[in-house]
Amino acid sequence: MPTLKLGLAQINTVLGNLDSNLGQHLALIQRARAEGADLLIFPELSLTGYVLQDLTPEVALVPNRDDPVFGQLLEASKDIDLVVGFVEAERRHRFFIAAGYLSGGEVIHIHRKVYLPTYGLFDEGRFFAWGDTVQAFDTRFGRFGMLICEDFWHASPPYLLWLDGAELMILISASPGRGLSHAGRLESAQWVERINQAYASLFTIFVAHTNRVGFEDGLNFWGGATVFDPDGSLLVRGPDHEPALTYAELDLAQLHRTRARLPLLRDERTHLMSKELTRILNSSRTLADRS
Amino acid sequence: MVEEHDPLAIDPDLTTRILTGFISTEIQRAGFERGVVGISGGVDSALSCFLAARALGPENVLALSLPYRSSSPESFEHAQMVIQATGVQTTSYDITPMVEPYFEAHPDMDQVRRGNVMARARMIVLFDHSAAFEGLVIGTGNKTEILLGYTTLYGDSASALNPLGDLYKTQVRQLARAIGVPEAIIQKPPSADLWAGQTDEGELGFTYADVDRLLYKLVDQRYAPAACIEAGFDSMFVHNVVERVRQTQFKRVLPPIAKLSNRTVGYDFLYLRDWGT
Repeated sequence: MPTLKLGLAQINTVLGNLDSNLGQHLALIQRARAEGADLLIFPELSLTGYVLQDLTPEVALVPNRDDPVFGQLLEASKDIDLVVGFVEAERRHRFFIAAGYLSGGEVIHIHRKVYLPTYGLFDEGRFFAWGDTVQAFDTRFGRFGMLICEDFWHASPPYLLWLDGAELMILISASPGRGLSHAGRLESAQWVERINQAYASLFTIFVAHTNRVGFEDGLNFWGGATVFDPDGSLLVRGPDHEPALTYAELDLAQLHRTRARLPLLRDERTHLMSKELTRILNSSRTLADRS
Repeated sequence: MVEEHDPLAIDPDLTTRILTGFISTEIQRAGFERGVVGISGGVDSALSCFLAARALGPENVLALSLPYRSSSPESFEHAQMVIQATGVQTTSYDITPMVEPYFEAHPDMDQVRRGNVMARARMIVLFDHSAAFEGLVIGTGNKTEILLGYTTLYGDSASALNPLGDLYKTQVRQLARAIGVPEAIIQKPPSADLWAGQTDEGELGFTYADVDRLLYKLVDQRYAPAACIEAGFDSMFVHNVVERVRQTQFKRVLPPIAKLSNRTVGYDFLYLRDWGT
């Protein structure tokens, strides 16, 4: 069975400066390729920075060869697969927080963030449109799925990717650090790592998380990239609060071994789930779904 | 001493790492490499000075000691201890000749007005040295005093960036101890030293230890005031603090702009300060 060498690029970004961020992407792509990586994963909004506010329309891209930024990234993807974070502009002038999977000079899949946090320190729903699909997709290495930050603070998108056949969940974030305590890590960092480990365990799947670092005004981003294997074991962890390119070698045969031992996917009662979900949604006692 | 399971306990290494990263990053993004800190001899400014020295290198930090003629000699001595311990650059300027003619022209001024004038005179000197030293003014206001509004608007609250603003006073003391601020500075009763015998806790009417526990419940944990009383806080104390926080909200926001156009600064012209950097 093949192994897959992942690179997790927990980078800092220049807020609203596509050229500068693209330059950093290309330099890291070159390095990761030289170091034998098969797939290099950048964090959420890696090409733009996070708190974009009124910069959003100015940095939005159409992910195809005609776009000068994507043109260069697609060229770079001929030798190494890439996941990049960007603002996607679509024809109706809506803007999405998006993740693009690029391979062999092609855009293989785009995921549009389906959960936009608009509470507390977050204001994404003010500036961005909500994505409305969660789909796994085939790559030259296997079937993958991508989710962006708040997407995996909800259990349903990872669950859907699991049922859709994903073998590796690629999670990308620009997660502001918060929750200082006597512990040596911020509460937000602990929380994300805990749920990533839970997803790997519950779904017997590889889970790779890449989060950015640096500051934007008073917000810190904590990095701490991780990969968990289908047994829920930690394979690698990047450093907290500093830029790093962390590699993980995935033995894809682990999926077979784990799932032979623990057939959770085989036994998942999807029709029961669907029936009960339908009942709950039709019940007058439930909250209105936002579709 | 902060107990291990005290909700206000913080990990000093992690906190220092985030705050020094914040100071160096935000100063560099603004196009600077240096910082200016006004040091009073108290624990807040001592901690800011220690953090700035660590973040920027002591040669890139200017500590300004700005006494008035009635300032306690102990304050000055403690400021000198901070300078010595951190190795930062230093200068001292007596603000008495700046403020005295104004006080003489207004003999009816009470202590609070005089204190505000002194705090604002110090702000003038700090920001002038910011230009001269080519360094940004690093703030010293903690979360407790910001929430209580126990600060002079455009005075001690003025800064270009504030590393301490999300740490309660209790947490400032804990971090100060861990980072090496001399114990005499941590132990002494906090005071703005604007008039003889002034102490924060005397003026506020409660201790930092008590109000930090209450503010943590109210602000961080979103307990309703009634739930705080139920949890054992004195009802008058709770109402006093809640009302104080509400009444001082104006000190925590920019002055409101009257909206007229379709796009107005502060409402729908929204960019971070780090825009483009």
